[in-house]
Amino acid sequence: MPSKRKLLQTALIALIYLAVWEAVSLLVGKELLLPSPLSTLTRLAVLLTKGESWLFSGLTLLRIMTGYVIGVLLGVLLAVLTARYHFAEALLSPLRAIVKASPVTSFILLALLWLSSDMVPLVISVLMVVPMVWTATAETILQTDPRLIEMGRMFGLSSWQIVKKIYVQSVLPQFLAACTTSLGFAWKSGVAAEIIALPQKSIGYMLYQSKLRIETVDLFAWTLMIVALSMLLEWVLVKSMRRIRHDA
Amino acid sequence: MMHDVIRLKNITKSFGGHTVLNDFSAEIPLYGVTVIRGASGAGKTTLFRLLLGLEKPDAGEIIGMQGRKPAVVFQEDRLLPWSTALENVALGSDAARADAALSRLGLCESMCQLPRELSGGMKRRVAIARALAYGGDILFLDEPFTGLDEENKRIAARVMLDAHIPILVITHDDAEADLFGEYHEIVID
Repeated sequence: MPSKRKLLQTALIALIYLAVWEAVSLLVGKELLLPSPLSTLTRLAVLLTKGESWLFSGLTLLRIMTGYVIGVLLGVLLAVLTARYHFAEALLSPLRAIVKASPVTSFILLALLWLSSDMVPLVISVLMVVPMVWTATAETILQTDPRLIEMGRMFGLSSWQIVKKIYVQSVLPQFLAACTTSLGFAWKSGVAAEIIALPQKSIGYMLYQSKLRIETVDLFAWTLMIVALSMLLEWVLVKSMRRIRHDA
Repeated sequence: MMHDVIRLKNITKSFGGHTVLNDFSAEIPLYGVTVIRGASGAGKTTLFRLLLGLEKPDAGEIIGMQGRKPAVVFQEDRLLPWSTALENVALGSDAARADAALSRLGLCESMCQLPRELSGGMKRRVAIARALAYGGDILFLDEPFTGLDEENKRIAARVMLDAHIPILVITHDDAEADLFGEYHEIVID
C-alpha cells in the first residue's frame, strides 16, 4: 500500500534526523549548547502538560492568524482596486514596494513605538501577507483572458456572474498558492515580532525568557512547538484549499 | 422597432491608422443563411464585431441590431478551461438545453470532460452547442467548422439550420458554405 510505504519513509527520515541530532549533541557534549533530542522531547512533553503552555500557544496562534486573515482580505481588496483602477495602482504600488523591500525588524520596532505589544505580531503578520496576496492576485486578475470576459458578456452573464465564473476561477490557483506561502511568512515573522515586542502571554515571550535564563532545553522545546504548530497550520490550510478548489 | 434586414450604412473602421473597412455598406437579410466572404484581413471579423456591438464604427451606422439577442460562435472556441463541456454550454442557458445541444452534436459521452480533455473538433462542437443552447434570435458564426471532419461538419450545419433562426456565417471555404444549402452572400473587398 503506497500510503503505508510513505508513512514508513517519513518515519525513517525522522529517525535519521533524530540520529544526526543525537550524534552531534553527544559530540558537543554540553546540554547548554546543544541539548539532546531526548531531553528536548521530554521538556516538550512537560510543557504540554501545563495549561499555561496551551494558553500561550493559543494566544500566539490567535494573534498571528487574525493578522493572516486580515492580511488576506486586505490583499484581495487592494488587488481588485489596483487591477481595476490605474490611479490606485500608481498611488499604492510605492507602498507595496516599500513593505516588500524593508526588513521586517524595522517594522517590528516601528510598530512597537505606536502599538501595544499584543498588537505588534498581529500587525506584522498583516504586513507580511498583504504584499504577497496583493501581487499574486492583481497579476492574475490582469492576466484573465479578455476574450473570455467578452464571451461571458455575449452570453448574457451579469457582472457578478463574470466575477464568479471567470475572474474568481482564473485567479484561484495563484491566490491559493500565495495564501499558502504567506502563511509561513506570517507565522515566522509573527513569532519574531513576539520575541521583540514581548507580549506577556506568548510563545515569543517564553522563547525570550529561555534565552535570558540560558535554558537551552526550553529554547529547543519551544522552537519544536513553533515548528509543530506551523506544520499543523499548513496542513489545515492545504486541506482547506483543496476543498475550496474542488467546490469552486 | 424590429427590421427584416440589418443595414450597414457607410461603415468605416480603422485600427491604429490602418483602415479595415472603408465606407462599407450592405444589407443582411434576417432570414436564411448569409455568408460573408472576403480575403484574409479584409475585415470579415471586424464586421462581425461591429454587428455584435463589440466595436464601434468610426463612421457610419448599423440599423436593425437593436433589441436582438445574438448567439455567437467566435473564431476561437473561448471555452472556460475549468468548466466541463456541459457547464460551458449551460453558461448562458441551463443544463437541460445544454444537454440537448451537446447530444445533437454527438457529444453525449463528453459532457463531463474538461476542454483540455477534448480534441480540437470536439471543442469546436462545444462552442457551437453553447451558441445553440443560448436561444438567441440570430446565429453569428465565425469559421464555425474549424477542426471538424466532414461528417461532423454536415451534422453541425444541419443542427444549426434546425434552429430556424437567421444565420450569419464567415467562411473562406465554398464547400463549407454549401453545407447550408442556399445562402445570400456579402463580399468584402
